[in-house]
Amino acid sequence: MISSLATMPLAAVGEVGESFFHKRTGETLPCQARGGHLFCWDWATENIHRFGTPTLQQLELTLISVLIGFAIAFALALLAHRYRLLQWPLLAGTGILFAIPSIAFFLLLLPITGRSRETAIIALSAYTLQIIYRNVMQGLANVPDSAKQAARGMGLTERQILWKVELPLAIPEIVGGLRIATVSTVAIATLAVFAGGGGLGTQIYNSANLSFPTAIIIAGGIAMAMALAFDAVFLTVQRFATPWRRVEAEAA
Amino acid sequence: MNALAAIPYPVFAGFTGAFEFIFSKQESSVTGGKKVGGIEQVLELAWTQTYVSLLALALALVIAVPIGLYFGHRGTGELLAVGIGNAGRAVPELALIALIAAVIGVGIPVLTIALAVLGIPPILTNTFVGVQQADRSAVTAARGVGMTEFEILRKVELPMAVPGIMTGVRGAMVNIVATATIAPLVGVVTLGDFILGENVYGTNGVLAGAICTAILALIFEFALAGLQRQLTSKGLRLQAQ
Repeated sequence: MISSLATMPLAAVGEVGESFFHKRTGETLPCQARGGHLFCWDWATENIHRFGTPTLQQLELTLISVLIGFAIAFALALLAHRYRLLQWPLLAGTGILFAIPSIAFFLLLLPITGRSRETAIIALSAYTLQIIYRNVMQGLANVPDSAKQAARGMGLTERQILWKVELPLAIPEIVGGLRIATVSTVAIATLAVFAGGGGLGTQIYNSANLSFPTAIIIAGGIAMAMALAFDAVFLTVQRFATPWRRVEAEAA
Repeated sequence: MNALAAIPYPVFAGFTGAFEFIFSKQESSVTGGKKVGGIEQVLELAWTQTYVSLLALALALVIAVPIGLYFGHRGTGELLAVGIGNAGRAVPELALIALIAAVIGVGIPVLTIALAVLGIPPILTNTFVGVQQADRSAVTAARGVGMTEFEILRKVELPMAVPGIMTGVRGAMVNIVATATIAPLVGVVTLGDFILGENVYGTNGVLAGAICTAILALIFEFALAGLQRQLTSKGLRLQAQ
């Protein structure tokens, strides 16, 4: 059985890494070259600047993708809200996009859109569709009939009911969907390196770092911290936007 | 700016070569005439990916469902259950797998545990929520007719939680299969080997790997969706309509 990665490139990786560090530090062996270190503080303090650009790229990928995904999913949800027949096909369609492994998605786009940040953004936005669409629909479905009837009784048109009653009441679920979508997108954006989209993945899937825990821990740590920061931000937004409801939409 | 050499990336011509790669063996440009690809190798790697994915899913189920049921039934530990779900979403798979390869080592057991760790959060959270949101009046009625707590859990709350649990299982499987694609990093040869091993399989192989992985993931998704329908009790299905 041929295992291309387990045997060939990884063997080479060690050499690249070592020669690289010998060159940089001269006399003394850096802790990474001595081996047995999980985290190499010397290297980390000296090289932390490497992670700046990838971090910004990751942030950019996430924000743009979630924005595009939200615009599309929100429009689809409104359509499905109006034309019930579309509900099932849209749920199934976005579900299929969601089920395709991210790496495969990136690579399948490459022959069409080429290696670029745009390719990564297309795939990442496609992933958010299902989450946001489902949550918006859920939010609209949870609006009590009494509220809609009261609005109708007051003489509001269907459009006014949607924008002034249903959507505001659905905010907890909508923000909940954005929250889940953003957090997962940060994590998946690490794989954007396979689409040539940059991001923190470049510091992990990289011939010198692949066997070097310090770089992986830093890159992974930044990604995770970014995801958790977004989580906290959206939680706060959710509380402020809906003082009448605590966080019960999380689970959806 | 970045002094570290990046792994070279393939340039793709189109999909035709990829389909040829899937169905017939090809001379590799790099391995010196050794033939790669073809339906046999595709199926072999697909089987490995299926096998580790199912193993990991089983392990995740065995751990997550009982814990979710227990806390859901007691109605405590919400912060923990939901928190684990949130934290789980934030884990970057590539970093996790690369770190495991660099620190712990390679092999199927290591991979299975790593994949199960990724699968546990969605199952745990959805099981918890599913049980907790089970109709309270039904639970009270069950208690009224003299069911023990265990019977209530098994005969009332569990059936009502099945759609939730299965939603979690599907989410977990999406994650597990996707991550199993980078399993060659921990020395397990899945379909991802085509994707990560351009030096052996060529660009057609990379694209073929992507196609096969996507198909495999969709098969899992449809199978689990079907299973969800089978497992959901008839009463609940009628109620939903």
